[in-house]
Amino acid sequence: MPSVATLAPSSAANGSGKQLNVNDNIARFSAPSRPRSPPAEHTLFHPKTRAFVYGMQTKAVQGMLDFDYINNRTTPSVAAIIYPFGGQFVSKMYWGTSETLLPVYQSTEKAIAKHPEVDTVVNFASSRSVYSSTLELMEFPQIKCIAIIAEGVPERRAREILHIAKKKGVTIIGPATVGGIKPGCFKIGNTGGMMDNIVASKLYRKGSVGYVSKSGGMSNELNNIVSQTTNGVYEGVAIGGDRYPGTTFIDHMLRYQADPECKILLLLGEVGGVEEYRVIDAVNDGQITKPIVAWAIGTCADVFTTEVQFGHAGSLANSKMETAKAKNEAMKNAGFYVPETFEKLPEVLSELYQKLVADGTIVPEKEPAPPKIPMDYSWAQELGLIRKPAAFISTISDDRGQELLYAGMPISEVFAEDIGIGGVMSLLWFRRRLPAYASKFLEMVLMLTADHGPAVSGAMNTIITTRAGKDLISSLVAGLLTIGERFGGALDGAAVEFTNAVDKGLSPREFVDIMRKQNKLIPGIGHKVKSRNNPDQRVELVKEFVRRNFPSCKMLDYAIAVETVTTSKKDNLILNVDGCVAVCFVDLLRNCGAFSAEEAEDYLKMGVLNGLFVLGRSIGLIAHHLDQKRLRTGLYRHPWDDISYMGFGTDGVAPGGANRAMVDVKK
Amino acid sequence: MSAKSVLEADGKAILNYHLTRAPAITQSTLPPPPHNAPPKLASLYFPEDVAPETVLQTAEATYPWLLAPGAKFVAKPDQLIKRRGKSGLLALNKTWEDARQWVLERAGKPVKVETVTGTLRQFLVEPFVPHKQEEEYYVNIHSLREGDYILFTHEGGVDVGDVDAKAKKILIPVDLKEYPSNEEIAATLLPDVPEFVHNVLVDFINRLYAVYVDSQFTYLEINPLVVIPNEDATSASVHFLDLAAKIDQTAEFECGAKWAIARGPAALGINTGALGGGKVDIDAGPPLEFPAPFGRELSKEEAYIAALDAKTGASLKLTVLNSNGRIWTLVAGGGASVVYADAIAAAGFGEDLANYGEYSGAPTETQTFHYARTVIDLLLRSPMREEGKVLFIGGGIANFTNVASTFKGVIRALREVSPQLIEHKTKIWVRRAGPNYQEGLKNIKAAGDELKLDIKVYGPEMGVAEIVPVALLGATTKVKEYGEI
Repeated sequence: MPSVATLAPSSAANGSGKQLNVNDNIARFSAPSRPRSPPAEHTLFHPKTRAFVYGMQTKAVQGMLDFDYINNRTTPSVAAIIYPFGGQFVSKMYWGTSETLLPVYQSTEKAIAKHPEVDTVVNFASSRSVYSSTLELMEFPQIKCIAIIAEGVPERRAREILHIAKKKGVTIIGPATVGGIKPGCFKIGNTGGMMDNIVASKLYRKGSVGYVSKSGGMSNELNNIVSQTTNGVYEGVAIGGDRYPGTTFIDHMLRYQADPECKILLLLGEVGGVEEYRVIDAVNDGQITKPIVAWAIGTCADVFTTEVQFGHAGSLANSKMETAKAKNEAMKNAGFYVPETFEKLPEVLSELYQKLVADGTIVPEKEPAPPKIPMDYSWAQELGLIRKPAAFISTISDDRGQELLYAGMPISEVFAEDIGIGGVMSLLWFRRRLPAYASKFLEMVLMLTADHGPAVSGAMNTIITTRAGKDLISSLVAGLLTIGERFGGALDGAAVEFTNAVDKGLSPREFVDIMRKQNKLIPGIGHKVKSRNNPDQRVELVKEFVRRNFPSCKMLDYAIAVETVTTSKKDNLILNVDGCVAVCFVDLLRNCGAFSAEEAEDYLKMGVLNGLFVLGRSIGLIAHHLDQKRLRTGLYRHPWDDISYMGFGTDGVAPGGANRAMVDVKK
Repeated sequence: MSAKSVLEADGKAILNYHLTRAPAITQSTLPPPPHNAPPKLASLYFPEDVAPETVLQTAEATYPWLLAPGAKFVAKPDQLIKRRGKSGLLALNKTWEDARQWVLERAGKPVKVETVTGTLRQFLVEPFVPHKQEEEYYVNIHSLREGDYILFTHEGGVDVGDVDAKAKKILIPVDLKEYPSNEEIAATLLPDVPEFVHNVLVDFINRLYAVYVDSQFTYLEINPLVVIPNEDATSASVHFLDLAAKIDQTAEFECGAKWAIARGPAALGINTGALGGGKVDIDAGPPLEFPAPFGRELSKEEAYIAALDAKTGASLKLTVLNSNGRIWTLVAGGGASVVYADAIAAAGFGEDLANYGEYSGAPTETQTFHYARTVIDLLLRSPMREEGKVLFIGGGIANFTNVASTFKGVIRALREVSPQLIEHKTKIWVRRAGPNYQEGLKNIKAAGDELKLDIKVYGPEMGVAEIVPVALLGATTKVKEYGEI
């Protein structure tokens, strides 16, 4: 735990303007030095309330911290986050304009042990896991209040939670709620909306009205109404729309009654359930004496001919008594201030407030200046208020929308038009649709380069690696790393040499002569066994396809002319498959009409041909890996007799003997 | 999602299967019984596009016991209709031939029950259980905040009357450790029942309640529950002839497998050969269905929104109240949507109100678009009115839904059908607030003006449903439209 004394956060943030280190801008808060005296029984939240947030809800936590900050709390209300799936130890949050680090615990027990001052939990666990996590939380006697946010908690589980909570004296708010808010003290999760709304509804300083509502959305509406018609909200709780909320209207109404600072009680009930009647009973037997403004929503249900399940799970009348109309009448009869309709509620509230001000029950305080809160970067960006250069740019695919896009083409179209792997390559590699023959040619290259037997060096490396027991990726990569100038690199080399020759205007004979004078082999020319009379079928396939489909095959024609020169010297100096593919690919780039001359050169320089070989050969290398695995071959060890050990003699001289290979090290 | 009614056939299948399998809450007075034989429940669904005769022929192949010689049956619609006996929707003690004819005459036909008219599509045919009037009992379990009440009366049947007044009641606390003793149950619930069936009935009630808990029922009524004594009157057999139940849909993740296995072909004794090659379910039986109330079968649009709702963490609800109505609502928020419906009803336009619905919990732009488009399509399909139509795009002050983003979806929907909206003389009233509402309201106002829609836009200065009296009754308001100075 950070042990540094509490900083006045603003001094850390704005101080001298000289910031040396990121750490200078982090506000650290120490645990309270002594246990606090317990608050009054009716007080659920106070300016020192400390809470855990269960679940990685950084946005909600930030909202709570911002609320704390504009309410001039000295410490954040959130002590720590409990997140069972987390490997994270801290979460960085803003405290005003500076930052603070919130501990993140994987286990509730640990969080409890570290933070004995915490008595409140905002539980964001899902409807599936909220039952077990809430039961666990209630095992720790220091926890006095749990807000359950999840919707869709099974009714039986909700009842079990509230039953145990009652026995243990824990206050449950929810399930299916946004929570509650007490200006100057505490805000549960997302209650009250964004900071601009909190400020607009004056929730940064306390008023005189305590409300209870079922609906979370409507509680925000109440914040608005109360701030416009009275001196503001004292405390508000949304108990949640389920059939069995952990605490109901009466629990909070009794707290407001007991709290001398709360002057007006506001109740927003709903069709379904009988909980409003318990408030009526409390008024009738004198438990509640403060004035209550009340309304039950769902009066329209009487107009409908069939039963309608409203948005809240609990909002369905099972008897006449549970209808909104009956409730409103009963509340009116009990002396509540019940408006004609919900729209008239502000009027009624305003009248009552004015009356209480007039008789001195409420003394309005001077309005403090509304606080300012820095805007979150991401929010400002969403509002279009700020901009910043991006660290990365991507132009080929986009996964943000409804559908994945390849160079602007939706994935569904990719399949609808059946553009094949060649089409996908042209979209992702070249950012454009190429003519069908070009896609087909790319596929042809992949098919031709897919494998060339187990004996070539790349395949060998893959096989040996596989036999050493390595996984697919390691084995594949072992083979791929072999690719370079000598193995598989002929494609790139051939493309460069032939292109240079053509571009310089060398005749095929001149080209061959120059290469010979420079003692250079012509890449792409020559085959171990094939010859002019015994041609390589792969080359024939490519040639035929290209002649038939390409608008121009100038490079290919040139390469064949070169072959005529070289084969006249030696029969097997034919244009091999690498050379053929390379020159045809240059033909494609230069003449298919989809690339400018610069682009064509650029792509060649970027090594796109190597890309083709790597992609194609990966098929074969994976195949060799699978083959060896399938055959269950063991570790390969090369036989001694196949390695010529030079300079060691044959009878095995002892180490350190005369034949030891020495490296002189200068001293 | 909430507690919802289930088909009688499903309720019976779940009881039949789990009565002997649900974990016991209390010590039984009887030795553990063998598992029940598969129940004989011929659940017949008559879709619009299949001839009823075909359905019946398929049923005869699936349920060969229907054709057993001399067998007698009960036939009834299984569509959450209350008091079927009194509405003449119960055929008792019929041969299959007669029962078949009875069903055939009613399948696919509309029928009015009390005030509600609906089409009969789902029937249940079961073997008839001959019994005497005095063997009929009534049992009901329902859940309240403090626990579950078990109601029992020895006078069950069609004329059970006011059970609240005459039934014996016992409250079972939420904490099952406080479950009453067998003696207490017998003494509280069964004082009017012959003593020799006490053992059987207490055991049955214990098991029934165990299933109620284990499969997360929230309501269960059996009337009549028939208890037929054996010849020497030492014991009895129990039959649940008529059943109505509600099950908590939110418990699907805990009970889905239990609901499914009880209704799988194996548990129902159906030869899977006949059904082979069907789709693969996630459990050992079909997922439990929660049918719409009688006379309120889901329309295509409602089913579409329900399917959309099931696929997202956001909430999308739509109920068409009157497809010919001229006032349509597109409201965000579970509470606000009710306030809008209230305000419309309070203004005296309850009969013109076409739908109830809400979207909330931060749906995406596309989800909102599909939702809005569905509502607007329905609006455009309702007959044109001389006085025009009204569309409320309302909502409270959102806590965390980005208003600009959801409104983008709404605007897209408006854009697609703006000429038709004008043709239908649709007046659009907007009120919304919450994160980024400024942007949302500005955009919808701009789009409305551009599309020449008759649109009025308000922000948080206007009360949540205050636009309703302004729109419908011409009430005056001091609040200016959003963006006006």
